[in-house]
Amino acid sequence: MTQPLLDIRNLSVPLPPGADRPYAVRDLSMTLMKGEILCIVGETGSGKSLTALAAMGLLPPNLPAASGEMSFEGRNLLSLRPKERRRLAGNRLAMVFQEPSAVLNPIYRVGDQVAETIRLHTDLSRKQIQERVIELFSEVRLPDPEAMLRAYPHQLSGGQCQRVMIANALSLDPALLIADEPTTALDVTTQAQILKLMLDLRQKHGTGILFITHDFGVVAEIADRVAVMRHGELVEIGTTDQILRDPQEDYTRRLIAAVPRLTPKAPADDLGEPVLRASEIGKTYRTRTMFGQTRRVDALKDATVSIRRGETLGLVGESGSGKSTLAQCVIRLVEPDHGDVVIDGSDFTGLTGSRLRDARQRVQIVFQDPYTALDPRQSAGAAIAEGPIIHGLSREKARERALELIEAVGLDRSAAARFPHEFSGGQRQRICIARALAVEPDLLIADESVSALDVSVQAQVLDLLARMQKRLQFGMLFITHDLRVAARICDRIAVMQRGRIVEEDTPQRLFTKPAQDYTRQLLAAVPGRDWQDGPIMNGAE
Amino acid sequence: MIRQRPNIIVVLASIILAVAVGVALIGNVFTPHAVTDQALLSRLKPPSWMEGGEAAFPLGTDRIGRDMVARLVAGLQMSLSVALLGTLIGAVFGTTIGFIAAHFRGWVEEILMMVVDFQASLPFILIALTLLAFFGNSMVLFIILMGMFGWETYARLARGVVLSARAQPYARAIVALGANPGRLYLRHVLPNVASALIVQVTLTFPQIILLETSLSFLGLGIQPPNTSLGQILGDGRDYLSTAWWISVWPGLAIFLITLSMSILGDALRDRLDPMLKTRTT
Repeated sequence: MTQPLLDIRNLSVPLPPGADRPYAVRDLSMTLMKGEILCIVGETGSGKSLTALAAMGLLPPNLPAASGEMSFEGRNLLSLRPKERRRLAGNRLAMVFQEPSAVLNPIYRVGDQVAETIRLHTDLSRKQIQERVIELFSEVRLPDPEAMLRAYPHQLSGGQCQRVMIANALSLDPALLIADEPTTALDVTTQAQILKLMLDLRQKHGTGILFITHDFGVVAEIADRVAVMRHGELVEIGTTDQILRDPQEDYTRRLIAAVPRLTPKAPADDLGEPVLRASEIGKTYRTRTMFGQTRRVDALKDATVSIRRGETLGLVGESGSGKSTLAQCVIRLVEPDHGDVVIDGSDFTGLTGSRLRDARQRVQIVFQDPYTALDPRQSAGAAIAEGPIIHGLSREKARERALELIEAVGLDRSAAARFPHEFSGGQRQRICIARALAVEPDLLIADESVSALDVSVQAQVLDLLARMQKRLQFGMLFITHDLRVAARICDRIAVMQRGRIVEEDTPQRLFTKPAQDYTRQLLAAVPGRDWQDGPIMNGAE
Repeated sequence: MIRQRPNIIVVLASIILAVAVGVALIGNVFTPHAVTDQALLSRLKPPSWMEGGEAAFPLGTDRIGRDMVARLVAGLQMSLSVALLGTLIGAVFGTTIGFIAAHFRGWVEEILMMVVDFQASLPFILIALTLLAFFGNSMVLFIILMGMFGWETYARLARGVVLSARAQPYARAIVALGANPGRLYLRHVLPNVASALIVQVTLTFPQIILLETSLSFLGLGIQPPNTSLGQILGDGRDYLSTAWWISVWPGLAIFLITLSMSILGDALRDRLDPMLKTRTT
C-alpha cells in the first residue's frame, strides 16, 4: 500500500475550560491519499473546520494546544516551527476558505496577490511570475485572464473571487489542498462550476483534496471518500457510495434523510381568497459617485406576484436577481419606485405614518440570519409579546399569547425568560417565527429563513412553517436560492433573473418541463441530483 | 468568554474615585472650620507636620487663614458636581442630536452634522471665553457651557452606532412589527448602543474637570464665595514660592481624579467595546 498523503492520527483539539464540551475535536484519525478527494461532512460545531485549521496551524490562539499527529510528507503539521510552516504553507499545502471576498485583500490587485505567493516561494522573474499567474487564471477559467490581473477584488463576483483564491492555492502545485466550505457562499450555478473545476484539477495535478462541507449534495458530486463528524468525533468513514447508499450509523442515516430532495410537494387544494397582490413592482437603486455620475441598478423590473390564503409561493434565483428586493418592497422596508401592493383586499402601498404602522401587522418577515434578527437585550418572551402590545393587546394577554406561541413552535415555556444568546440557531429561528406570527399576519415572508441552518434543523423549521401555515392559514412568500428547499414547501415557484420573474409554475411542472433556459440551468446545477434520483429508481424496481 | 482578573491599576483608580466622591459627599461632617471661616492670625500656615503648622489646620491655611481641608472639600464638591452635570447635559444633548440625525437622514442630518463639524473645528476654550465675556458669569450659564463641551463627540458617535444598529435585522424586524420610532430607538437601539456611549462619558468627564479647572484658574469660572479645585489652584498662584500647599493639594486632587477616570474609562472600553472584543477571542 502506498504512503498516505495526509495521515491524521488521534488528533484532539481541546476547548478552553468553560466551553460546552471539553474537546472541539476528539481522537480523530483518518488518511488522505494522493489524488483523492476526501469530504468531511458535519453540522455546525462538529469540529470539521477546526480540523482543517489545525493542519494549517491556524487554530485560534485562545485554544489549548492540539495533541496527536498530522503527518504530511514526513513532517508533523502540529509541531512545525514557524519557519518550516512558512516554507510549507502555500507551497506544498494550501487552503481555500468559505468567504472568498473576505479572504482577498481589498486594496491589492488580485493578480499581485497571486503573484505574491509565487514570489515568496520561488525565484522566478517578474515576467515569469506574471505569465504563470495568467496561466493559472485561465486554468481556473476566469474570463479574460490578462485583464483580470489588474482587477481589484470588489470588481469581481463571489464566484470569480473564489476562482482567484483557488488559483492562488494552486499557484505552486501543492500536494494537498484544504477547502473549507468553498462553495457555500456561492450561487448554485457557480457552485456547480467550482466543483467541476476541483474535479478537473485533481485529475490534472493529482492533488489530494480535503473538502469540508455540510451539504451531502456536494459530497455526492465530488467525493471519493466521506468522513462524517459529529461533536468533534468521527462517526463513520467510507467510500462515497457506501456512506450515501448504505450508511452504517444512525446519525449518518438521519443526516442523509434530512437532505431536501428535488421532489415537489403535493399541491394544496384548499386555497382561499388572495392575500397578496403585488403588481408591477419596480425598484432602481441609484448611487452617485463623487464626480456626479449616477450608477443605476435596476434591482426589480415590473414584478407581479399574487398569493392566496394558505398558499406558499417560492421565489428562487441567484444572488442579485432581485428576490430579496421584491420581499422588502412588499413589506415596505424598502420603498418601491412604482407598483401596488394589496394585502388582504386593502391597499398597502399608499399608507404612511401611523396608518402604515397599524397595517404592518398584516405582513411579517423572518430573516435569514437568526443571530442578528433578535434584539440581544430582549428576552424571547418579550420579543414575541412586543408585536401584540404594539397593536393594542394588554400586557397579560400578549404574554399569554407569547407563551402559547413558544410552545407552538416547539420550545419550552421556560424559554420565554431567556435571552437570544442562550439559544441555538434553529431555536432562535423558531423564536423569530413566533414573533412574526404573534401579530396574526395574513402574509408571512420568509427571506432565506432556513439557509443558515444545518440540514436536520432546516427540515424541522420547514415542517414548523408548514404546520403553522396549515393552522393559521396565512399566505407565505418563501425566498430561497435552494431549489430543493423550495420543492419541499412551495405550492408555486417563481424564478427570478435580473429583476424579472422569468417563469412561474407549480414545482411539478417546473421541474419536469421548465420553459426557460435559465430554469433548466438552475435545475441542472442542484448538487447531488443523480445520487438523490438514484434511490428512488431503486425503490421502483 | 474567560473573565479576566481585575487589573491592580484599575482597582486603585476605582478606590481613588470612590474616596473623592466620598469626601465630596460627607467631608463637611469632619471639618471643624467652615469654608468661609477666616482666621487672619493664622494666615498662610503650613500643613500641621511642618514647622510652624497648627494641629487645627492639618493641610494648612490660605492667604486669609481659611482651612485648606474645608476649602478642598468644598472645591471637590463643586468641581465634581459641575463636571457631572456638564457631562450629563452634553451626553443627553449630543446623543439626542445623533439619534435625530440618524433617524431623519437627508438635509436634517447634513445640517446637524455641519454644526457638529463647526464646533469640532473650534478650540472649545475660545468658545467658552467668548461666551463668558459676552454674557457675564453665572452658575447656570457656566454649567450649560460645560454641557456644551463634548456634545459633538456624542452626536457623531451616536449617529454612527445608531445607523449601524438600525441596519441590523432585529431593528428592521421591529419596524416591520409596526413599532413607532420612539419605541425602536428608546427600547431597542439605545440599550444596544449604550455601552459605546458610556465609554464616551468616562472619556469626557475628566476633560470637563480640566476645562472647569482651567476657566476657574483664569478667574472666568466659579466665582467667590463659591469655590472649586481650579479656583483654589488659581488662588495659590501668587504664593507658589512661599505657600506651595495652597496650589499643590487641589492640583494633586485634579491630577488623581482625571487620571483615575481615564484609566477606568479605558478599562471599561476594553470590556464593552465590541470592536476591541474581537481581538481577545
